[in-house]
Amino acid sequence: MRKPGSWLALLLLLIVQLPALAQPTFPENGVADPRHGFYAFTHATIVKDVNSTIENATLVIKDGRIVSIGAGLPVPAGAVEVECKGKFIYPSFIDIYTDYGTPQPQRTQGQGGFNFFAAQQAESNLKGPYGWNQAIRSDVDVYKVFNVNDANAKPLREAGFGTVLTHVKDGVARGTGAVVTLANAKENLVIVREKASAHYSFNKGTSTQAYPSSLMGYIALLRQTYLDAQWYKNKPDQEGFNLTLQSFLDNQSLPQIFEGNDKWNDLRADKIGDEFGVQYIIKAGQNEYQRIADMKSSNASFILPLNFPQAQDVEDPVDARFVSLEDMKHWELAPTNASAFEKAGIPFCLTTADLRTPGLFWTNLRKSMDYGLTEAKALEALTKTPATLLGVYDKVGSLDAGKLANFLVTTGPIFSERTNILYNYIQGIKYGVKDENNVAGTYNVTVNTPFGTESYTLDVKSPSSATLFGKDSLNTKFSFDSKQVKLSYAARPVRVRPNPSDSTRRAPGGGGFGAGRFGGGETTLPVNATRLSGISNGTEWNGTGVDSSGNELTWTAVFVKAAEVKTDSVRKKDPPVVGKVVYPFMPYGWDAEHQPKQETILIKNATVWTMEKEGILKNTDVLLKAGKIAAIGQNLSDPNARVIDGTGKHLSPGIIDEHSHIAAASINEGAQSVTSEVRIGDNLNPEDINIYRQLSGGVTTSHILHGSANVIGGQTQLIKLRWGANDQDLKFKNSDGFIKFALGENVKRTAATQGNTRYPDTRMGVEQVFMDAFTRAKDYKKEWAEYNAAKDKLIKDKKPLTGLIPPRRDLELDALAEILDNKRFITCHSYVQSEITGLIEVADKLGFKVNTFTHILEGYKVADKMLKHGANASTFSDWWAYKVEVDDAIPYNAAIMTKVGLNVAINSDDAEMARRLNQEAAKTIKYGGMTPEQALAMVTINPAKMLHVADRVGSLKVGKDADVVLWSDNPLSIYAKSLYTIVDGTVYFDRQHDQELEKSILEERTRLVKKMTGEKRGGGSVIPAQPSYQVIFSCSEHMHSHGLLTIDSEE
Amino acid sequence: MRKILFACLLCSLALAGFSQANVLPAPAQKGVMYVKNATIHVGNGKVIENGVIQVRDGKIEKVGNDISIPADANVMDAKGQQVYPGLILPVSSLGLIEIGAVRASNDARELGDLNPNVRSIVAYNTDSKVINTLRSNGILAANIVPQGSFLAGSSSVVQLDAWTWTDASLKTDAGMHLYMPSLMPRPSFGRGGGGGGFGPNAGQAATDPVKEGLEQIEKLKAFFREAKAYNDVTKHEETNLKYESVKNLFNKSQKFYVHGNTVKQMLVALDFVKEFGFDVVIVGGSESWQIANLLKEHNVSVILQQMHSLPTTADDDVDQPYKTAAALQKAGVLFAISDDDGQTRGRNLAFNAGTAVAYGLTKEEALAAISLNAAKIMGVADKTGSIEVGKEANFIISSGDILDMSTSNVTDAFIQGRKINLDDKQKQLNQRYEEKYELKPKKGF
Repeated sequence: MRKPGSWLALLLLLIVQLPALAQPTFPENGVADPRHGFYAFTHATIVKDVNSTIENATLVIKDGRIVSIGAGLPVPAGAVEVECKGKFIYPSFIDIYTDYGTPQPQRTQGQGGFNFFAAQQAESNLKGPYGWNQAIRSDVDVYKVFNVNDANAKPLREAGFGTVLTHVKDGVARGTGAVVTLANAKENLVIVREKASAHYSFNKGTSTQAYPSSLMGYIALLRQTYLDAQWYKNKPDQEGFNLTLQSFLDNQSLPQIFEGNDKWNDLRADKIGDEFGVQYIIKAGQNEYQRIADMKSSNASFILPLNFPQAQDVEDPVDARFVSLEDMKHWELAPTNASAFEKAGIPFCLTTADLRTPGLFWTNLRKSMDYGLTEAKALEALTKTPATLLGVYDKVGSLDAGKLANFLVTTGPIFSERTNILYNYIQGIKYGVKDENNVAGTYNVTVNTPFGTESYTLDVKSPSSATLFGKDSLNTKFSFDSKQVKLSYAARPVRVRPNPSDSTRRAPGGGGFGAGRFGGGETTLPVNATRLSGISNGTEWNGTGVDSSGNELTWTAVFVKAAEVKTDSVRKKDPPVVGKVVYPFMPYGWDAEHQPKQETILIKNATVWTMEKEGILKNTDVLLKAGKIAAIGQNLSDPNARVIDGTGKHLSPGIIDEHSHIAAASINEGAQSVTSEVRIGDNLNPEDINIYRQLSGGVTTSHILHGSANVIGGQTQLIKLRWGANDQDLKFKNSDGFIKFALGENVKRTAATQGNTRYPDTRMGVEQVFMDAFTRAKDYKKEWAEYNAAKDKLIKDKKPLTGLIPPRRDLELDALAEILDNKRFITCHSYVQSEITGLIEVADKLGFKVNTFTHILEGYKVADKMLKHGANASTFSDWWAYKVEVDDAIPYNAAIMTKVGLNVAINSDDAEMARRLNQEAAKTIKYGGMTPEQALAMVTINPAKMLHVADRVGSLKVGKDADVVLWSDNPLSIYAKSLYTIVDGTVYFDRQHDQELEKSILEERTRLVKKMTGEKRGGGSVIPAQPSYQVIFSCSEHMHSHGLLTIDSEE
Repeated sequence: MRKILFACLLCSLALAGFSQANVLPAPAQKGVMYVKNATIHVGNGKVIENGVIQVRDGKIEKVGNDISIPADANVMDAKGQQVYPGLILPVSSLGLIEIGAVRASNDARELGDLNPNVRSIVAYNTDSKVINTLRSNGILAANIVPQGSFLAGSSSVVQLDAWTWTDASLKTDAGMHLYMPSLMPRPSFGRGGGGGGFGPNAGQAATDPVKEGLEQIEKLKAFFREAKAYNDVTKHEETNLKYESVKNLFNKSQKFYVHGNTVKQMLVALDFVKEFGFDVVIVGGSESWQIANLLKEHNVSVILQQMHSLPTTADDDVDQPYKTAAALQKAGVLFAISDDDGQTRGRNLAFNAGTAVAYGLTKEEALAAISLNAAKIMGVADKTGSIEVGKEANFIISSGDILDMSTSNVTDAFIQGRKINLDDKQKQLNQRYEEKYELKPKKGF
């Protein structure tokens, strides 16, 4: 702050505040000085809350609280009157997402994903009676570590805040937050509520422990912690005293706040809450406007930060090329976030969190208002809503008798551009924000010199600019800091014509008053200037001075009249013109009016690959209706159908990819060898451009697998490529659950350059991990069976259940028990024959089945064993020689396995190859002599069978899902292109429409580049162009690039 | 039965170590030989129906329709078959890397970033088992390219049927390879876990990679200036191997391959044409469609390293990588298609070209991009790349269109007129397990 009044304001505040709050238990070192801060603020316009404003009102405060409030109340005896005519009084703001006064967590490790090459810390290194995972810090109570920090409080106070909720921003569970005021007083007095909230996030913060290493791991850890806490209620002996779980339980009664920071993470958090009966208050990010309907249906209240992306320097077209449309659109639309919440009727608060500097709060708040946030809603979001969410509305959030005396005195309506906050009173203590003194005006100055009295007129423009007039205007230098006045002046030199080149060199806007061309505020005065110094005593200033000859002077100045106040510009700005939100928020997304819809479609006269016993039908029609295949035959008609001419074209079932890693926010939870508790379905990312790209390659169903970092990986998710849907609607409904297992080099961490410390390190150990896990799962099942039997018996005998303690629910073993119960199915990453045989033997011994061996590049060596076990095989067409375990991989693998009798699929495991999966299947014709139908079956009906959805997809049969592709050519040909890709009777890819979308993308890009460039030329701050990199997940060591802007994440 | 036993014996031999003991380089072709009744795809865009190829002592003597064949001649009837020039893989680590993840089997990348004197040919292992799998798909020559972080060394062009690298070499030290600095800001990491939320606010590196890269290029240009001065005189106080190793760049008998994809990288590469007159080839060139006309103007050729790739940006045409070849063709740029896939090792070269046909090339243009164009770019078009008189008799015979995996079936291949053995490790393993499961169609009786 360079404003002259501010340091004085600080000084004043230090003087005023000290004795105002005192604690009886603290001995006084000196003479008692009891004070009550008894003040009456009169004749103000008081906005008690959004709905009630009182004119000409009085506010009485005492002992840091509001005593009374009302229109025209008399000043009570003993109170000091503060005249507030023309002023406005508002409740101070509340920010419920801060870490004010907390120690900064020291981060030793980033929040990166799983690292194949690094050593891992398997166990917690915390000493004490804590739980097993360092990221669960429910035992942290901020009030125990909270310290008043005036340097951090000051910018918040100056932004208008009086109360904050603070917590330690560290960990997945972060313990409790406290409501504190921003008064500079003893901690004892500023803490309003010591345990006000419990906090959670998807960020393990300072935890050095390996687990969790993925988003789905965070979710699993939280879910397990909820279950463990419930179980811990019964004080199980085996667990002893667990402070972490005890605190977790204790914290449940508080408001629960979850840091989502992103639209999808907000929904993921809300879903965890739904499972455990918790409604989180969600700390949002910047992008919730992109899915506002989903935000609404979460039923959550939100905490909105006001940080917006900065404009980028996109003037250079080469740099601009790599800035995505998505990022540019987000830059444009992010300021609409708050108004989107308001329009949707979702309760929200505003926070200063995430801002680069607190000073941006007002800038961005006003920007949000330009983009449609109303003043009433903003005020509510800063006062009543946060107070209500935390249950402290009886103390703060409005101006009512009995509440804390936290209020703002302003020069006008608080959100008007010209209004200044003068004071922020917190617990009755006055904190100056902006100088009230309106020094501007005209003064009569009398200077007493040894030679007589001189009279001048002083025209003050601002505390730093004034012009003194005698006969003529004098060269004047002036400063005023609400108490001290300095005034120097000298006669102007004879030649006063301004140098024209000087004035042209001035910065734009430098002309005008004060610092104007005639030098009212000129910093260079001749050495012979007269220098005056004085003190303001209100409307009169008195002081001394020295003239150029060294003669001593005295002087006075008397206020004559105030300067004319410029009226507030109430010019209502039109809301800025912005682009549309599209779904998904990506290029090739659709705006709300153009969402693809399910249609009745008749494809006429095509060559139809039924993948059923009917084989390939020439000149055949297929009718799609209500999302299903309604008819296959000749001369079909339907009056309501959109007719697509299939003459010379081929119609096939949609391609099914058994092994994919697209559309997920994380893929690998590699921090432990068994992580069956994690679920890909918890972290789907519907905004992966590869969904659209793969639709263009005819893919309609993808099996999204956990990676291969560990022996027992996570639960998989089958999806349909419904481009534009949200994460839940992407899921293939009512399909069997699968889980990823893995063998070989990846799970024994061959790539770990610093040596592997995670068990196992050999294929021998891999087998034992399976033995151990399924043995534990069997014992677990038994434990539950015994408990359930005992419970049933008690119920039958009508005896009380007290004393019967349920076993601990273990999400990891739940999933394995499902496998043993034939309710969850395995797809196992596998390469060499020894390990394949090994797993088959373990499975036979322990009574489970391996549904699918995936990759299975040496499947051809043990195809007979796999057949006997009843497994399916899903493989690559022709990958080999990139690591030792694929040295014997051969492209004849699929054909041999087929000939032996196995059900075989060709999969991608690759975002690029997936869009050519039909051609990958065609390679089995070349390598092994498959028939065309056998080849296409490997990417349609065969994977459908192994995924247990052959009754719904994978072939063209009446009654099945209308998931079809119309190809330009034989689908096995290198020359074939998908013309239409249809899912559930909805056209998600249309090659012609694709070209139109491409054009509109170019138009939108052009518009936004212009707009950003305009921001730069207009003097706005821009950051260098940021290439929009994209993370691509895949399995195994990928040895081909996906392109310039991709970061291949080897899972 | 004896035959089967013999085959099995050979198989088991083949499974140990590098070399496939039973796949021998073919002996030199002597005298005259004919291929007749063939559909000959010349490689230069022309197709000869029902044509004859006359080969003498390893070279093509005649090609055409009106060639009389003596009654007692050595003739191969290719009726109903397609004949193509031997395909050329323009960028490859073949013979330098056996198994990607095994350090001991990797010889593609030397330490240091100024290695003009490093030569790939000396590490090229003719016994690599990968080689035979490429021949099976019609690839008969390859450019063996060193990898690196800056000036990586020289590549040599080899034919794929040889005892040692000295036999293999078609042109030794034919190209010098510069891996252009990225000239692009890198993202800040640490975004694992959360979905979304990156973008404009992602942090920036402390140093400016563009500036750093350009400085590095300036240093390289200084090196070339010094090298030129050094090579312009014959006597030196002391010998500088690095200067000497680049002298053929200045007389254009060595090509200058610049590996880069962005427009900025390619525009900077033009410096080497302008100042030093080098014969510049862009390797990578995924963004080359944006400056095709400029590349043509400066006679810069392009090797599209990986056609089967994702579009650079989410905003791009979803098929952009497939369409790039057609854009270069339209602008008249000399270009070749490569297949740099580390998981399939180049065997899908022809199918990469096939994809370019689906997106705008003619089949013969696509063929040229993996045969004659590649030979021109690598400076071996006088020897190979097309079925034309005077060139080495390097061609393949397929029962169907080789650009399409559903029809490609290479039955015979000739290198320098020598009919080579098209067996490979994978075919042998296939046979071995066909035996195990008794999958072979029963013959006769």
